[in-house]
Amino acid sequence: MSPFDYAAPRSIAEAAALLQQAGDDGRVLAGGTDLIVQVRENRRRVKLFIDVKNIPELNELSCSARKGLVIGAAVPCYRITSDSKVAQAYPGLLDAAGIIGGVQIQGRASIGGNLCNASPAADSIPALIALEAACVIAGPQGSREVPVEQFCTGPGKTVLGRGEMVVALRLPPPKKGSGAHYLRFIPRNEMDIAVVGAGASVVLDKAGKTIVSARIALGAVAPTPLYVAEAGAALAGREVSEAAVLQAAESARAAARPITDMRGSAAQRKHLSAVLVRRALEKAIERARNGRA
Amino acid sequence: MSNTVRSTTRTVSKKKTNGYQVIGTRPIRHDGLDKVTGRALYGADVRLSGMLHGRILRSPHAHAIIKSIDTSGAEALPGVKAVVTARDLPALSDKIADLGEGAVNLRDLSTNVLAAGKVLYHGHAVAAVAATSPHIAEEAIQLIRVGYEVLQPVLDVRAAMKPGVPLLHPTLTMESLGKKTNRVSNVASHSQMKKGDVARGFQKADVVLEREFQTATVHQGYIEPHNATAQWNADGSVTVWCSTQGAFITRSQVAELLKLPVSRVRVVPMEIGGGFGGKIQVYIEPVAALLSRAAGRPVQITMSRAEVFMGTGPTPGSYIRVKMGATGEGRLVAAEAYLAYEAGAFPGSPVGAGAMCIFAPYNIENVLIDAYDVVVNKPRTSAYRAPGATNAAMASETVIDELAEQLRMDPLDFRLKNGAQEGDTRADGPAFARIGYLETVQAAKAHAHASAPLEGRCRGRGVASGFWMNYGGQSSAVANVNPDGTLTLVEGSTDIGGTRASAAMQAAEVLGLRAEEVRPLVGDTESIGYTEVTGGSRTTFATGWAAYEAAQDVKRQMIERAAKLWEITAADVDFADATFTNRKEPSKKMTFKEVAARLGETGGPVVGRAAVHPSGVGVAFATHVVDVEVDPDTGKVTLLRYTAVQDAGRAIHPSYVEGQMQGGVVQGIGWALNEEYAYDGQGRMINASFLDYRMPTSLDLPMIDTVIVEVPNPGHPYGVRGVGEVPIVPPPAAIANAIYRAIGVRMRVLPMSPRRILEALGKA
Repeated sequence: MSPFDYAAPRSIAEAAALLQQAGDDGRVLAGGTDLIVQVRENRRRVKLFIDVKNIPELNELSCSARKGLVIGAAVPCYRITSDSKVAQAYPGLLDAAGIIGGVQIQGRASIGGNLCNASPAADSIPALIALEAACVIAGPQGSREVPVEQFCTGPGKTVLGRGEMVVALRLPPPKKGSGAHYLRFIPRNEMDIAVVGAGASVVLDKAGKTIVSARIALGAVAPTPLYVAEAGAALAGREVSEAAVLQAAESARAAARPITDMRGSAAQRKHLSAVLVRRALEKAIERARNGRA
Repeated sequence: MSNTVRSTTRTVSKKKTNGYQVIGTRPIRHDGLDKVTGRALYGADVRLSGMLHGRILRSPHAHAIIKSIDTSGAEALPGVKAVVTARDLPALSDKIADLGEGAVNLRDLSTNVLAAGKVLYHGHAVAAVAATSPHIAEEAIQLIRVGYEVLQPVLDVRAAMKPGVPLLHPTLTMESLGKKTNRVSNVASHSQMKKGDVARGFQKADVVLEREFQTATVHQGYIEPHNATAQWNADGSVTVWCSTQGAFITRSQVAELLKLPVSRVRVVPMEIGGGFGGKIQVYIEPVAALLSRAAGRPVQITMSRAEVFMGTGPTPGSYIRVKMGATGEGRLVAAEAYLAYEAGAFPGSPVGAGAMCIFAPYNIENVLIDAYDVVVNKPRTSAYRAPGATNAAMASETVIDELAEQLRMDPLDFRLKNGAQEGDTRADGPAFARIGYLETVQAAKAHAHASAPLEGRCRGRGVASGFWMNYGGQSSAVANVNPDGTLTLVEGSTDIGGTRASAAMQAAEVLGLRAEEVRPLVGDTESIGYTEVTGGSRTTFATGWAAYEAAQDVKRQMIERAAKLWEITAADVDFADATFTNRKEPSKKMTFKEVAARLGETGGPVVGRAAVHPSGVGVAFATHVVDVEVDPDTGKVTLLRYTAVQDAGRAIHPSYVEGQMQGGVVQGIGWALNEEYAYDGQGRMINASFLDYRMPTSLDLPMIDTVIVEVPNPGHPYGVRGVGEVPIVPPPAAIANAIYRAIGVRMRVLPMSPRRILEALGKA
């Protein structure tokens, strides 16, 4: 680790100015559970850490039936998992926020950081995509919103331009009759990185029999978290059935384009894509029917 | 994990009470409070005035010739006080040093400590620096320029044995059946064990099975990384504080590598956070000493976890072929094995030990075992808990299971029919003294687990046994009687798993004291007599025996003091329950405490001492039962229930015997399910972290139920057998046998990871 500077701005404008000035040498620091490790292990060189934990907007966590959920980019996972309103409205998000690292890590790690680290295996991203989340980005040209599925552009790479930072994530209010679930496969029961992750959300009709719409996303099977739009589209308008679920699972298997590495083989990941999408959909449907969003 | 069974542990003993006051009880360990409150001092806690921080530069290549090393950039960096390379180490000749649990050629050891001429594995140490801060030291090693000519690496044992492959050591010639050949090869040696006539034996068999196995390179995974702090003193002697399984074996290695007399090296063993065999050979101790000599200041080196994985210890990956034959009545008549183990960069895998263990639990008339020690571009392997035996048992114990299945016999009954007993001979020669193998099988069979219903899809139960030789070796102990009637016991074994307590309890038993009245301390190389490593499951046996003898010495002297006070002869003093009785006037009694308070007036201090080198080592057997559930969609194996049965001879402190059994099982589960070194195409290790080297966590394990069987070792005053190693031996085979019953697939490659199980099921 080589010497670096540290700044703790108190406003978005101040942070954006520092970022703009530092360019590639600057890096936004929230929980630091990825960034500090990368710098310590010489996998990333940072000359200026811009700690955003003192900026009010980045610490906002608000959940309302009308406006949906706003998660400030620096909000640590434990605040999300311990918020009863969020737990009630977005259990599919809690599935992910509750398995990122261990208890200690969750005390520090943020969803915003998980997104900006842009790991193809990040647990929160498929869940966010399934829940139609968008990133609120602030930059020198003002602010813009980008759907989460368009945010990552490659391993460790995002759409953020010079001077830009993620301020918050915005999730729409859960629709009536909706349900969501995220799960991952790891060889152990904790402290591991997804071999494959799958997020799914469904909206069912009033009777709970027909799928109105569905969104499916996969992790760790492509250079970025993968939104499998066609798998969700094929479910729209169909009756809930094993055949429909299996067809969506097969569609996810076909969309997955994984690599072989120490965490799993390409064939294993292809197979797991189908298994996990099936399980994610089954649980999402169950939640939708139980009246839990 | 809802079906996980939580049950208590118990001890199966011939008698209800064992006749002892201290032995077999469960006092709080003497070092426990300091360890749980974080006050115990480990090597990384050492702070010396003016201390520098050392860092090692390691090879980025698995196999390369070092063309040049330019250290000038590092030397020029402000704050850097010393830089060393292999040129700073004295040249050594071929000489084999016995490390107590495995041996090493000193020239190889030197070249392992700092590479000379070639690097032989990714992570091989090339140079080291000492600087005023860890960050400067880290920056400095990046300024060292090393020119490499990269060579093709050889990573797999069978590939390394083929003709025409790249050679790690162009001068290494194979030793065959004890004789040097002139064949240059990566095969360092071939040895053979023979009993009876296997060809004739297989003719008598009605069922013959031959199977192939592979096991992965796995690491001991101790929580505390290697560390060493060295101070080169003004008089030319050197003091080393470190984490080691044996202060004396570290002293002799440092002395040999630096060409110093042993008396010029003092080793102070700090508390040790696990070793499992991996903290016996030295890595950074001599390097810290060289840096200290060059800098004129003390130097501390602490490895990172990645360095521990890349640069130290693993146990070999292996290829094993086993052929076994049995009659229709279920009698084993012949067994053959071919074992090829990866020694890592230098010769010296534990393949010999694997060969000694592979068929040891069984009385088989005809046996032939061939063992090959093969160098590959991986770290030089070191001992790991029953070194070599777990690999071997994975092969033999799954073939036994398959034989029993084909013969339609219960696998435990099959073992009872063929199990070794007193007087039976092993393939490597020795005949067994009284052993408790059959008793472990009987206890497993009698345990509620063995007959509990196991319902549900993809669930299965497996059993397997294991054997380990155990070791004796030299130990010393000194017991000082304090005026308050307590004893201070100084011994030479670094404490792993409660060995201080087990030594102190054996001394307490002799004197009728409570365990808490004996305060055990671990000495350094200048405060206690020679003591071999805490390894080979020897410490409670041999150091415990030294403590027993030192207490006997105290007892003799204290009887003399009582006699002096009563003005009678020692023969007229009885001693029992910490009380002296005057035989002439039996109403006259004095307690140990009363006599201890009057040592000054009866001739001065009482110091008991003992140095032992006992024979009579008691071998160890274990039999395990495990229930698993396999998720057929993901290939993930969940352990539902685990019961480990083991013959401890005599459990001095049953909780620590159980702790050893549970710890061994957990490591065996790691071998079975997920642990392995992963390499890229160039032979670089890519999972050198606890994140990706998947050891089991507490969330992956059921409660491990233990049953201690006590068939006393006739070779020890209290019947002790070593207990630390054998529990790692059965788990992979037991789990493989359980997986077979769950999903109908025989797994023969470790680890049996989700990926491998999906592949075996044809799903990936």
